[in-house]
Amino acid sequence: MTAAIQVNSVSKHYGSLVALDRVDLTIEPGEFFGLLGPNGAGKTTLISIIAGLVRASSGQVAIMGHDVVTDFRAARLSVGVVPQELAFDPFFTVRETLTFQSGYFGLRHNGAWIDEVLDNLGLTNKANTNTRALSGGMKRRLLVAQALVHRPPVIVLDEPTAGVDVELRQTLWSFIRRLNRAGHTIVLTTHYLEEAQALCGRIAMLKAGRIVALDTTRALLARVAGLQLTMRPRGTPPASVLAHRIEERDGLLTLRLAHSDEVARVLAECAAAGCTVEDLEVGHADLEDVFLQLMADRPAARMPAEVTA
Amino acid sequence: MSASPAVADSSPGFAFRTLLTKEVLRFWKVSFQTIAAPVLTAVLYLLVFGQVLADHVEVFPGVSYVAFLIPGLVMMSMLQNAFANSSSSLIQSKIMGSLVFVLLPPFSHWQLFGAYVLASIVRGLVVGLGVFVVAVWFGPPAFKAPLWILVFALAGSAMLGALGVIAGIWADKFDQLAAFQNFVVMPATFLSGVFYSVQGLPAFWQAVSHLNPFFYVIDGFRYGFFAQSDVSPWLSLAIVAAALAVTTAIALSLLARGYKLRH
Repeated sequence: MTAAIQVNSVSKHYGSLVALDRVDLTIEPGEFFGLLGPNGAGKTTLISIIAGLVRASSGQVAIMGHDVVTDFRAARLSVGVVPQELAFDPFFTVRETLTFQSGYFGLRHNGAWIDEVLDNLGLTNKANTNTRALSGGMKRRLLVAQALVHRPPVIVLDEPTAGVDVELRQTLWSFIRRLNRAGHTIVLTTHYLEEAQALCGRIAMLKAGRIVALDTTRALLARVAGLQLTMRPRGTPPASVLAHRIEERDGLLTLRLAHSDEVARVLAECAAAGCTVEDLEVGHADLEDVFLQLMADRPAARMPAEVTA
Repeated sequence: MSASPAVADSSPGFAFRTLLTKEVLRFWKVSFQTIAAPVLTAVLYLLVFGQVLADHVEVFPGVSYVAFLIPGLVMMSMLQNAFANSSSSLIQSKIMGSLVFVLLPPFSHWQLFGAYVLASIVRGLVVGLGVFVVAVWFGPPAFKAPLWILVFALAGSAMLGALGVIAGIWADKFDQLAAFQNFVVMPATFLSGVFYSVQGLPAFWQAVSHLNPFFYVIDGFRYGFFAQSDVSPWLSLAIVAAALAVTTAIALSLLARGYKLRH
């Protein structure tokens, strides 16, 4: 099957700055894929290369099998991009903006789909409002609508929920989830890791222009599997307990345990060593832990090819 | 929310017409500023220079100074507005960030160039016609060789539309574009024989004027009205065509390479 997005050894240099360093990535049709990483990791550069907004210094990108440079017409018809920056054309209304955008993709008689997009994003009663008069949240919705106007099989959202309210987030995600169920491939970057954890089936983590982790969300979470046990020991816990230590701060000791059965063992060993325990708290690891752990590992080692392939 | 449209459903011709329509509507929606204002400016020139100099100057035998001035002012307005249209559309959408909506769709560099330049020509012609309609109140028009009028109106607007594309792509800020306008376009239009025949100039300045492509646009355009000019309209056409070819080639190359657009 043709990949939805195929990124082959893509690098991007700005002078001496390496924004992307030989990135390989394959996203299959129908995936809900997350692209995570700290600011400056290269997420937006990668998305811009996929969208044809930036040219790669080397390497190739294909969307639904169409090279974004040599076969740019088919590639750009196959992808809809929601850019990170809020932008709008102040001369036109919401409906005019969408009709023009649809026309730019060479599509006539697209009114029914435009109405459906407006409806799904809660923009119907703003259809005849000039874009200048829209609130920030409404402008963000319009940006999403513009990306969907040509019904692209691949939809790329670059931090679509940065600074938007809860209502819009929920409207947006329920619509995007429905599109995903209908077969659209979704690629998402976000700073809200809980969003990525809830939505994405597979995640790539980018650091300093390199992919440092690429796996299913489930497998990534399993890396920090088990539980986190936080407690305040009175006395010195035995070495067998301290072996699980991941953090010790303000008298609070945090341990990582593989299984909930180990909680009782840890407490028993502490008691046997004459160390009492207060303020006991058990928590599950989440994507943030994976993220922080990966970003703390130095340096940004390249992943072996068989894992990224 | 059904299947995605096949690539075959997309018509490049319709995409081009949509972008052209949008570029024309962009200035049409603010026509008070983009059409009425330049017409008023030209009429003020006509009032002031025409009335003051009418009795002192006769450039071509049998042609009053006001009649001489009108084609020059019409062409000057066309050139300035054709330039302003493509350049300001590009710089505004670059600074507002809305250029992304034109860069994401599957436009070729030819389509982008064609739409921006054609919209510039439309604005140039609309403003030129506006200036002319008002100006005929000041002096009776002559149309001795109307085909030349049309040819130079189109070629001049296209040349400045293409120059506007270059300037709009090159400039990162409004003041850089203003510098281009004030230090390149304005001097070149004013020193091109709008207000005088270059044959009345000292030899040195005549030679300088003959290096200015704008001079040939105005001289050839004026030939269409009076069948009199400083140089042959065929020479003017050849030079204007060459200048148009150069600006077109540069603009197309910038668009094809994505210079400052797809960096």
